[in-house]
Amino acid sequence: MEKGTYVLKKGLAEMLKGGVIMDVVNAEQAKTAEKAGAVAVMALEMVPADIRAAGGVARMADPKKIKEIMDAVSVPVMAKARIGHIAEARILEALGVDYIDESEVLTPADNKHIDKHRFKVPFVCGAKDLGEALRRISEGAAMIRTKGEAGTGNIIEAVKHTQMISEQILSLKNKSRWETGKIASEFKVPLSLIEEARKMQRLPVVNFAAGGIATPADAALMMLLGADGIFVGSGIFKAASPEKMAKSIVDAVVHYNDAEKLAKISSGLEGMKGIEIEKLEVKMQERGK
Amino acid sequence: MKIGVLALQGDFREHIRILRKLDADAVEVRMPKDLNGIDGLIIPGGESTSIGILMKRAGMDREIKNKHNDGMPIYGTCAGAILLAKEIIGNRQLTLGLIDISVKRNDYGRQIDSFEADLSIKDVGDFKGIFIRAPRIARFNNHCQILSELNLEPVMLRENNVLITTFHPELTGDARVHKYFLDMAQEHKELKDAPEDAANQNSREALLEL
Repeated sequence: MEKGTYVLKKGLAEMLKGGVIMDVVNAEQAKTAEKAGAVAVMALEMVPADIRAAGGVARMADPKKIKEIMDAVSVPVMAKARIGHIAEARILEALGVDYIDESEVLTPADNKHIDKHRFKVPFVCGAKDLGEALRRISEGAAMIRTKGEAGTGNIIEAVKHTQMISEQILSLKNKSRWETGKIASEFKVPLSLIEEARKMQRLPVVNFAAGGIATPADAALMMLLGADGIFVGSGIFKAASPEKMAKSIVDAVVHYNDAEKLAKISSGLEGMKGIEIEKLEVKMQERGK
Repeated sequence: MKIGVLALQGDFREHIRILRKLDADAVEVRMPKDLNGIDGLIIPGGESTSIGILMKRAGMDREIKNKHNDGMPIYGTCAGAILLAKEIIGNRQLTLGLIDISVKRNDYGRQIDSFEADLSIKDVGDFKGIFIRAPRIARFNNHCQILSELNLEPVMLRENNVLITTFHPELTGDARVHKYFLDMAQEHKELKDAPEDAANQNSREALLEL
């Protein structure tokens, strides 16, 4: 019997596909998310919009709170560790969380990322282009999400990142071995990963959209662009009615290709107030390349 | 042969890929109308709470039960097995109750306790079992046929036209378990397509007896 294999790490992400992973800060929110149909919850101290507003250093959530959330729901529980913070990751693994998000939403602890091969628990990491995505995978990430720009309720960055990754993968198609070799050294990743992406014409792991999703239409847009599923951070619990927004975004991910259904799903909702990217003081997506 | 895969959430694409490898006509099932004309249904791995909620919202639970009453074979992997079970111990989420077993969710532990194990499956052979936050079968009716065990506990069971595995053959690329299910569907299809002949046969026999 083998545990902690890469097949098992990637496998859990496969099970989450077509689903919505919701940020929650306490057990009550976790239950709301589960009831709405979330496939997993992300335990954190504050949603990204509040992290932005509060300023200062953002760290891993209080283990006591994470434990409460784990006890409250039966769906997988993810939690965020700071980029490069091996100790936070080890604490989260010891707690038994199901996935660690090595996240740019928290203040980085190092310029380098965690060597994720050394852990039994799987990791998801953010990326805004193919190079970042493949670097994280070569470090052991078993799932990728776009970085987007968390806490803004503004979808443009997530769209850009998804399209960038798709275009870069498409452009690999007709490259010679010599050219892909050059790209591999430019990206600082093994050639085998580039070749895998070229052959599969997608990332070799599950790829979710994240960062700025605030409405069912935003979620549907990301699914239309080819995302395997959706992370929603501030978009749910900063909405006028979190229960309704949560349920609607879950429904929108299932029926993303059915505009008539989406019209019904989107009716009577009030999304979070968004921020323009140019007006941001901190761009979280610039953290950890 | 046309096999539907419940595509509300989970790893339905992996099932479809394997079915197509076996030359079956695999279709995504999202709404009740998608169940029309299929010879078998697979409920994939995923999050059972999420799939259960979505199934109810779409009114699929009743339709699937109707199809089961007509004898259509159904196969559930992991979350699919949970959703087919008669009872989930310690949890009140929706199930279809189409196989007489009781399951305990995540009973091997959380993700770090997910595991790979070598299995032996009746009529199939050696098989790589991938167990991810898998349920444990705590009770089963004697009518259930045990097709594979791990540490003396069943991990693959069949009761009439319902098949379940608590592991994920769809993640292995090995199509033999799906082939087993296709054979079940084929048998059902032949029975379904033949009733007229059978009826004629019966009446002819009845005539002969006269």
